[in-house]
Amino acid sequence: MDKAIIKVDENGFYGQFGGAYIPEMLYPNIEELRENYESIMASGDFREEFDRLLRDYVGRPTPLYFANRLSEKYGAKIYLKREDLCHTGAHKINNTVGQIILARKLNKKRIIAETGAGQHGVATATVCALMGMECTVYMGAVDMERQKPNVERMRILGANVVPANSGSKTLKDATNEAMRQWINNPVDTHYIIGSVVGPHPYPEMVARFQSVISAEMKVQLMEKEGRENPDLVIACVGGGSNAAGAFYHYYNQADVRLIAVEAAGLGVLSGKSAATTVLGKPGILHGSRTLLMQTADGQVVEPHSISAGLDYPGIGPVHAHLFDSGRGEFVAVEDEHAMQAGIELSRLEGIIPAIESAHAFHALKQIKYRSSDVIVINLSGRGDKDLETYIKWGNY
Amino acid sequence: MNRIDQLFQNKKKSILSIYFTAGFPGLQDTLPIMEAIEAAGADIIEIGVPYSDPIADGPTIQESNNQALKNGMTLHLLFEQLQQMREKVSIPVILMGYLNPVVQYGMDAFCKKCKEVGVDGLILPDLPMQQYLSEYKSLFDAHDLRNTFLISPQTSEARIREIDQNTDGFIYMVSSASITGARKSVSPEQIAYFERVKAMGLKNPRLIGFGISDSSSFQTAAAHAHGAIIGSAFIHVLRDSKDLKKDIYQYIQSVIS
Ligand SMILES: Cc1ncc(COP(=O)(O)O)c(C=O)c1O
Repeated sequence: MDKAIIKVDENGFYGQFGGAYIPEMLYPNIEELRENYESIMASGDFREEFDRLLRDYVGRPTPLYFANRLSEKYGAKIYLKREDLCHTGAHKINNTVGQIILARKLNKKRIIAETGAGQHGVATATVCALMGMECTVYMGAVDMERQKPNVERMRILGANVVPANSGSKTLKDATNEAMRQWINNPVDTHYIIGSVVGPHPYPEMVARFQSVISAEMKVQLMEKEGRENPDLVIACVGGGSNAAGAFYHYYNQADVRLIAVEAAGLGVLSGKSAATTVLGKPGILHGSRTLLMQTADGQVVEPHSISAGLDYPGIGPVHAHLFDSGRGEFVAVEDEHAMQAGIELSRLEGIIPAIESAHAFHALKQIKYRSSDVIVINLSGRGDKDLETYIKWGNY
Repeated sequence: MNRIDQLFQNKKKSILSIYFTAGFPGLQDTLPIMEAIEAAGADIIEIGVPYSDPIADGPTIQESNNQALKNGMTLHLLFEQLQQMREKVSIPVILMGYLNPVVQYGMDAFCKKCKEVGVDGLILPDLPMQQYLSEYKSLFDAHDLRNTFLISPQTSEARIREIDQNTDGFIYMVSSASITGARKSVSPEQIAYFERVKAMGLKNPRLIGFGISDSSSFQTAAAHAHGAIIGSAFIHVLRDSKDLKKDIYQYIQSVIS
């Protein structure tokens, strides 16, 4: 296998992807972050508070659960990394806890965020309540409709939820709106991006906050299997933060296969898909050079996925590099198959997964592995927020 | 000589640059709008290349971008429309656009085409200076294209000097911490910022943009810099117009006289 070294350079590039393509109005904000994030994250103060909140508030470490019946069915040793058991129901809070501590150290008074499925919005609203900070979340009007319970959760937590009405009215447009509002409020406001996207240093910073996932996996696998490395790690990719977290400590371990699962929507060639590595070309969106679904004229194409959290026309630059270098294996799972996999997990293990995470489970049917393989699937979130979608789909 | 350089050599104050989005309100309006802008007495034409995700723009320009894309505007079509522009338009022309459509067109081909049709300068708000210097500056220079950078009230003095060093043409002063959009009046903090930058003695002339909409805000901006750029307010005029030529003339006259 290609032993690509996955590491960010000083300008925020992973291979040819990344960077900070931002209007000059955002330059001071990004510069402030870039100059400070590493030293703040390395400080004893920060570590102490971050570790304590992850443990006592989020509920970490999350279990690494041996999925007995699933393993039997698929003929391999399958473990689930239970990010669905995090406070607020998904991995997203690992990042928001980190960023809110950072924002306070930078003396910011207000928080803004974008959200797709609403999980990142809820995780942001939650830490803002925890720290007593003002919170505004931008959310595509279409997503507000399909993830209603999360909109109300954010409001209960005291956040102001603002609809993004431009474009496809989904995650990409919510991100545009959050960036615009950051331009309008550059001094007292911190923008908590919810995935490994955006201008440098966001992709790397978010990946480091999420890297707790694979750090714990190593310890837990050592306990259960007597080895730190699984044979495969499988995770779904919207922007790619749960995948980056689950892959992080394995990037440069060539014996671990990294399987990134994208949303194929109604089918990769249907025109209604979010399978960026199949359909995308290098381009620039939201401040980084990455793979991007776009027309020949460079206009961003509106993606489709049944899961709002995967409905994004790009992927984080680190994933573009994993794809480009051959280090990662990319699989695209269709809406229908993801729903079936969600029901299957519910019936076999008593766990109703988020539809985003359900995509990762169907990948078991689309890749090759050996019966001796130890496989870890990152169960990024729980399905409570998706009940309406499950009910509408109805096939259970 | 590059028309931007020429303009700033001959005219030291009250320079008016007008922005509009190519393909808005109608797909074929590009050249007629440019002619009308020149006839009305403006000094520079800034043509916006529409993009699906204009993150530095407010609702007015977002909508004009959407409409233009719906109408079918592309960079290829725009260059076709501009092919004969120098028979009709003599003032400097600048293309303003986000990086992705330009990169997909191909930066080499883009610069070549700009030179061929008679474009004088570029504003690519999401092109970082570092990339500009390492990848594109020599290409732009070879095609006699001036590249304009933006600064805002938050831009540090050191950064402004760096931009001044690496720019020719002019510097685009974003009037306040904001995205584009028509606002009412100019605040004392903004005046202090205009004066702070003025006192720096930069080698490049300065134009003030974002929020300039009428005679009063134009006069204020012109008093603290070499002139101003009007975008959103002009898009409103185009949007509501039944007679483009007449309304463009009246609007620009109302601003400069
Ligand atoms: C449960 C869950 N998994 C995955 C995602 C996708 O995000 P990412 O690719 O950044 O992990 C989301 C996004 O909302 C989510 O809620």
